[in-house]
Amino acid sequence: MAKSPELEHPNKSFGWAARDTSGLLSPFNFSRRATGEKDVTFKVLFCGICHSDLHMVKNEWGSSIYPLIPGHEIVGVVTEVGSKVQKFKVGDKVGVGCMVGACHSCDNCDNHLENYCPKMILTYGAKYYDGTITYGGYSDTMVSDEHFVVRIPDNLPLDAGAPLLCAGITVYSPLRFYGLDKPGMHVGVVGLGGLGHVAVKFAKAMGVTVTVISTSPNKKKEALEHLGADSFLVSKDQDQVQAAQGTMDGIIDTVSAQHPLLPLIGLLKTQGKLVMVGAPEKPLELPVFPLLMGRKLLGGSCIGGMKETQEMIDFAAKHNITADIEVIPIDYVNTAMERLLKTDVRYRFVIDIGNTLKSSN
Amino acid sequence: MAKSPEEEHPQKAFGWAAKDSSGLLSPFHFSRRETGDGDVTIKILYCGVCHSDLHNVKNEWGFTMYPVVPGHEIVGTVTKTGKNVKKFKVGEQVGVGVLVDSCKRCESCQQDLENYCPQMIFTYNSFSQDGTKTYGGYSDIVVVDEHYVLRFPENLPPDAGAPLLCAGITVYSPMKYYGMTEPGKHLGVAGLGGLGHVAVKIGKAFGLKVTVISTSPKKEDEAINRLGADSFLVSSDPAKMKAAINTMDYIIDTVSAVHPLAPLISLLKLNGKLITVGLPEKPLELPIFPLVLGRKLVGGSDVGGIKETQEMLDFCAKHGITADIELIKMGDINTAMERLAKSDVKYRFVIDVANSLSQ
Repeated sequence: MAKSPELEHPNKSFGWAARDTSGLLSPFNFSRRATGEKDVTFKVLFCGICHSDLHMVKNEWGSSIYPLIPGHEIVGVVTEVGSKVQKFKVGDKVGVGCMVGACHSCDNCDNHLENYCPKMILTYGAKYYDGTITYGGYSDTMVSDEHFVVRIPDNLPLDAGAPLLCAGITVYSPLRFYGLDKPGMHVGVVGLGGLGHVAVKFAKAMGVTVTVISTSPNKKKEALEHLGADSFLVSKDQDQVQAAQGTMDGIIDTVSAQHPLLPLIGLLKTQGKLVMVGAPEKPLELPVFPLLMGRKLLGGSCIGGMKETQEMIDFAAKHNITADIEVIPIDYVNTAMERLLKTDVRYRFVIDIGNTLKSSN
Repeated sequence: MAKSPEEEHPQKAFGWAAKDSSGLLSPFHFSRRETGDGDVTIKILYCGVCHSDLHNVKNEWGFTMYPVVPGHEIVGTVTKTGKNVKKFKVGEQVGVGVLVDSCKRCESCQQDLENYCPQMIFTYNSFSQDGTKTYGGYSDIVVVDEHYVLRFPENLPPDAGAPLLCAGITVYSPMKYYGMTEPGKHLGVAGLGGLGHVAVKIGKAFGLKVTVISTSPKKEDEAINRLGADSFLVSSDPAKMKAAINTMDYIIDTVSAVHPLAPLISLLKLNGKLITVGLPEKPLELPIFPLVLGRKLVGGSDVGGIKETQEMLDFCAKHGITADIELIKMGDINTAMERLAKSDVKYRFVIDVANSLSQ
């Protein structure tokens, strides 16, 4: 008979979990494995709330295993390292993102693309090598194989840096892979939420001219004055869209709702690239003529490998890039999820785990 | 008042044109401009029948200007050259493809990508710089700026080589641009028609493993034994499609009917590329999740620039690649168009213009 979450591992742990598709989170006692020889154990200080957490607590993707502790933008301080750990020591500031395991023997793993490994193990809601279910960062401690831990540079604030572990790498990786990172290029960012606002900051730091493309005119001031975007385009305004035809080398599309691709393809220059990082559930309509007539392409991207995640964190530290966050106590988390559903947040909630997550035991 | 097609230019010309959206072609007298200083006048020997010709004569894309003389896979002999012409001399065998002019100044033109110039002029059904309409290769002569004329390699047969001027470059260009040329990699070719069969031959010449993906099981024997494909996948067979998931590095999609993309995307490996060169009338359904999870992409491509078209012809000459054709007389063009609409041709009709176009 399977052991209960509290008993399956030797080290007591406490977090908040969703128990069913209502998605409501509540206190949850469980346990973490002992620090293995390659493991890093750390006290969690902050954890970002990613929109994926909201999808998962409500089982919107059909893959959720309850009880589910979400959280894959996790930062904290190392408390113990295994005997074979080389890169970290007690006291180091570290983070864990979306994955905690991979096969380490396929082509993807060999090329530092663990995120595309067919046996990649998600930080939460997935089966680990030992057959137990992984639990995420809305909890007091994390244990992770050192391969999947990143160092957080001293000058990067832990709270505002946490969202980079998912949102950051999700937009950084395609900017690099699709070559939209050259100074002087013009890149559009569709959607100004958790992903979008970080995309603006990274692109600007790479020397790229940025246009935010949004359905909400009231985000314009923020985009230009606070985030540093060069211009703002209201996507439902035909005149604005027409005037910007053929002006962009690339577009990072962070929108996961259904939306039309035709106007976005029209904004691209010849040989322009439309990169999808939001994932609408249903297929979108692809107009083929404009794709052909301008040799344009539409590609996807999904987070990034560990090497690139560290590179992204170091780049962010160098350029003082952090997310814009609203720090909340753990008991606000259900309200935060409701607000997130209405995109009522600028632009990421981050749970102050260190100060507010206390076991009642 | 605008002059009639017969009178608008000094050189008499004769061809077959469609006069309305029935698409039926019939004899048509018109004229060609004087051979300008940079121009080459060509006596047309052969012209391939491209599926685009069929779309155009029936106004299926909505922008046909009748009367239309189609034909953009033209091979012929130079009969006159303008005084500034450097690349060609009288008697040489040459080709003309899909475009006959562009602005020559924009970024695309500067990068030898005249096919993406916003002012690019098609070989037929476009307006020339002088405001007159362009007429294509279902005719006896054509006058073209030398920049847009291709040298036709001597060892390429002019009849079987003609379709390369559109079908050939249409698949060669994206294969180069999207990096689909690494020996040993696996290319899928969706659709086995004019474009598809040339893609198989060029893919094999690049050293790729080639799988033909088709709805018609009866094309398998041809694909493998005659065209040299390594394998054949019937896309309407769910079990076979499932077994082929995640096996292809790239796919060239030549299908111009509306068709599902999801099954093709599933055949691609990580970072796989689906390149679409067919032109369906309506938008296609594109699932996003598989693109994101596998960092896959869907890209388009439209013929190629002049420099690359020449490179393609030389490549085909070197590797002995020609189209598989059915040679027809000009008078049989309407029957050929009907058969083309039913994909009843292996794999391109070519009009024997010089021997069958008579006034």
